[in-house]
Amino acid sequence: MLNYDLVIIGGGSAGIASAIGAYDNGLRSILVLEKEAYLGGILNQCIHNGFGLHLFNEELSGPEYAERFANELIKRNIEYRLETMVLKINKDLTMVCSSVNGCEIIKAKAIICATGCTERTRGAIATQGDRPSGVMTAGLAQRYLNIEGYLVGKKVFILGSGDIGLIMARRMTLEGAKVLGVAELMPYSNGLSRNIVQCLQDFNIPLYLSHTVKRIIGKNRLEKIVICEVDNKNNFVLNTEKEFEVDTLLLSVGLIPNNPLLANLGVKMHPRTKGPIVDDNYETSVPGIFACGNGLHVHDLVDFVTNEGIYVGKKVSEYIKNGKLASEKYVTIEAGNGISYVLPSKFAIDKGVAEIKFRVTKPHQKSHINVIYNGEILKSIKKQYLLPAEMEDIKFDISKLDCGNIVLEVIDD
Amino acid sequence: MYDIIIIGAGVNGACIARNLSKYQLNVLVIEKNGDVGDGTSCANSAIIHAGYDPHPGTLKAELNVLGNQMYDELCKDLDVEFERNGALTIATNEEEMQGLYHLLENAKANNVKVELIDKEKLFELEPHVTKKAIGALYAPTSGIINPFELCVALMENAMDNGVQLNLNEKVIEVISENNTYLVKTDCGEYKCKMVINCAGLFGDEIQNFVCDEKVEILPRKGEYYLLDHFVDGFVKHTLFSVPSSKGKGVLVSPTTSGDYLVGPSSDFIEDKEDISTNKDVLDNVLKEAYRLVDNVPMQHLIREFAGIRAYHKSNDFIINEPTAGFINVIGMQSPGLSSAPAVALKVENMIMKNLELKIRDNYIKTRRPLYRLKNKSIEERDKLIKENPLLGRIICRCEQISEGEIVDAIHRNCGARTIKGVKKRVRPGYGKCQGGYCQTLVLKILARELNKDMKDINFKNKGSYILCEESKGEKNVKL
Repeated sequence: MLNYDLVIIGGGSAGIASAIGAYDNGLRSILVLEKEAYLGGILNQCIHNGFGLHLFNEELSGPEYAERFANELIKRNIEYRLETMVLKINKDLTMVCSSVNGCEIIKAKAIICATGCTERTRGAIATQGDRPSGVMTAGLAQRYLNIEGYLVGKKVFILGSGDIGLIMARRMTLEGAKVLGVAELMPYSNGLSRNIVQCLQDFNIPLYLSHTVKRIIGKNRLEKIVICEVDNKNNFVLNTEKEFEVDTLLLSVGLIPNNPLLANLGVKMHPRTKGPIVDDNYETSVPGIFACGNGLHVHDLVDFVTNEGIYVGKKVSEYIKNGKLASEKYVTIEAGNGISYVLPSKFAIDKGVAEIKFRVTKPHQKSHINVIYNGEILKSIKKQYLLPAEMEDIKFDISKLDCGNIVLEVIDD
Repeated sequence: MYDIIIIGAGVNGACIARNLSKYQLNVLVIEKNGDVGDGTSCANSAIIHAGYDPHPGTLKAELNVLGNQMYDELCKDLDVEFERNGALTIATNEEEMQGLYHLLENAKANNVKVELIDKEKLFELEPHVTKKAIGALYAPTSGIINPFELCVALMENAMDNGVQLNLNEKVIEVISENNTYLVKTDCGEYKCKMVINCAGLFGDEIQNFVCDEKVEILPRKGEYYLLDHFVDGFVKHTLFSVPSSKGKGVLVSPTTSGDYLVGPSSDFIEDKEDISTNKDVLDNVLKEAYRLVDNVPMQHLIREFAGIRAYHKSNDFIINEPTAGFINVIGMQSPGLSSAPAVALKVENMIMKNLELKIRDNYIKTRRPLYRLKNKSIEERDKLIKENPLLGRIICRCEQISEGEIVDAIHRNCGARTIKGVKKRVRPGYGKCQGGYCQTLVLKILARELNKDMKDINFKNKGSYILCEESKGEKNVKL
């Protein structure tokens, strides 16, 4: 059995960043396990630019961003294994790993789960109709195009205005496909504003807000789709159907943290993020197991994933040095009115300042974010715009608080 | 000249082919789809019914009861997932209790072991059952099976013993001439001594080619929800509503892979190939499911699908020889899957009256087991990987399926040729991501192992292509 201080599951942006964070804080016995044949995870198929704007003030492509961090990993001589899949994590922090070399057990003093996220599928949203080929997630089409070099179709419609869908609208257009439109269930887009402009408006691709795909038609390959307007309860609006003859329907209808290993271990999961519930050190409900990146909650930008990974790596190195991190006194943090989720779920009072990430449930203009402690407003900040697609953060002093409950809420002015 | 041509490679065609493969016969199976078991046999409740439901004296009753008993040995021989998890038919009011008493009478007449249990025993057996339940009929011999594996395993074993399978070939005419038959397809024509009509929904067309007395098979669609396996788990038994004139009603059941089925609906439709799913129908399925359980964990929904039952107005199976040398196996709606081994035995006996059946010398009744790495210990896995390194490379992360298992599924007799074919045999694409992550890898493995261009790998039947053309610029195609 192999032994390491820290084993990181996943060699994408979060995993690499957490390895670097731990190393730079003095930890040396680190192993990164990656199931693919290369480091960098999903970044490798994201060949568009815009990565690294916050960290480097540069517009890198996904593979460039990945390479930059993979090189940092290699420079530090941090050990990693490719094409290695963790099949199971046990409570004693042993893992069962499979690769072409065999099946073995690796033991760690701490584990960071950085396993990324999965795209929601047609089945999960129960789109009606036939089951032809040509209906797939946008990320799958992106992989076929950018890694394997094949176009999945020539006449394309996109359901969902998530960023991958928008990016693929432009990418397919540049490859010679005709993108007939994008339908979004909500009355607002779920992608970054810059992607709406650069991927749809610049190519005259119509965006149908408050619309969804009502029916998929095609025996072997997709032949046609019917889209339809929806009301505020997501019911179809009568006589608003539009037909599109397309051979491809790409789905960009949300991402879900991918955590079967943690779920099987019995780690407590967050009903909203679908990732594990973590404390202020990003430790899960099972001692010694930490999480970060899109496997914890879905981020807007890879830059934020990297920052989170570095922070968690640092915390885990402290955990290994001291044998524990947990404090005596905590405040719990909850999502209140208009808040989709908050992270982490509790904060140690001895940290002095709480840093909370959160998302709102719907767009707001001119509103306030209130931090409420035991029923009284602790802090209130004015916000010009709030969008569900954009993760927010807030810092506030907790040093003078006692154990208790903090609720975040959004109030329109 | 073939001795026997079987039209249709659903569970009945495959099971008959396997039974016949033990004899010195020249057998050809013709299937219009791109894989075996791709019609009704792949979209059903995957239940091996105990046999207390069919009306005593019907073929359904006789063959269901016998078929159920044959499944232990069959699945052991062919390495097919099968589990007798037991069924509970749930009554929530006095009228339904009367229905249970009626089923109890049926069960006695059909000689099926069942037990009426009270509320207390019911909740002890199945904590997930609705609190509204007042009693249930417990049938311990009811089971769940992997129907995809079953069809593949039957045909694989038949082919191991010399049966020929032609896929993607549609029968367009059958002509009876001087005690033999000429079977014409869209690819060619074949002579044979006997024809077995296992054409499912299209069994009427085949029989009507050769018989003056016309039959009609009506398509009756059933829509389902499929829920992913999850840690806390859900029902352990198959839960049924009390049957009505429309069939067995909506059930809630685990599958052999740990997933959960909720369905089916039951509606006559026009088009025999319309496997579309519909919101209003599925909404109603869910409503019906709440008669059985108080909570359906819909957050684990991964798929909806529809299957089509082959209904005949007699509401019974039709297994007959309307003209010498031509055997019908049609109208095989539920409990068709449960009855298949008994149906094959019956057909085998009917053939014996026409042809002399001599046992082959080298007949093998078992198929080589699948790897099933998921069920292996770490040491066993390690040993297998040392022998075949591809068994260590995981391709499907949801279901943890290795490249070695996929390659094996391609190279066996009756091997996978399509994405769906791989999915049906070893499960990549059945999990939460529904192939979103692994489909690229599976497609590349298929192309490599079959020595085909990636563009030529289909999802299922002809025309269901996945890739349409190569992109601009340089290629980097390697696994």
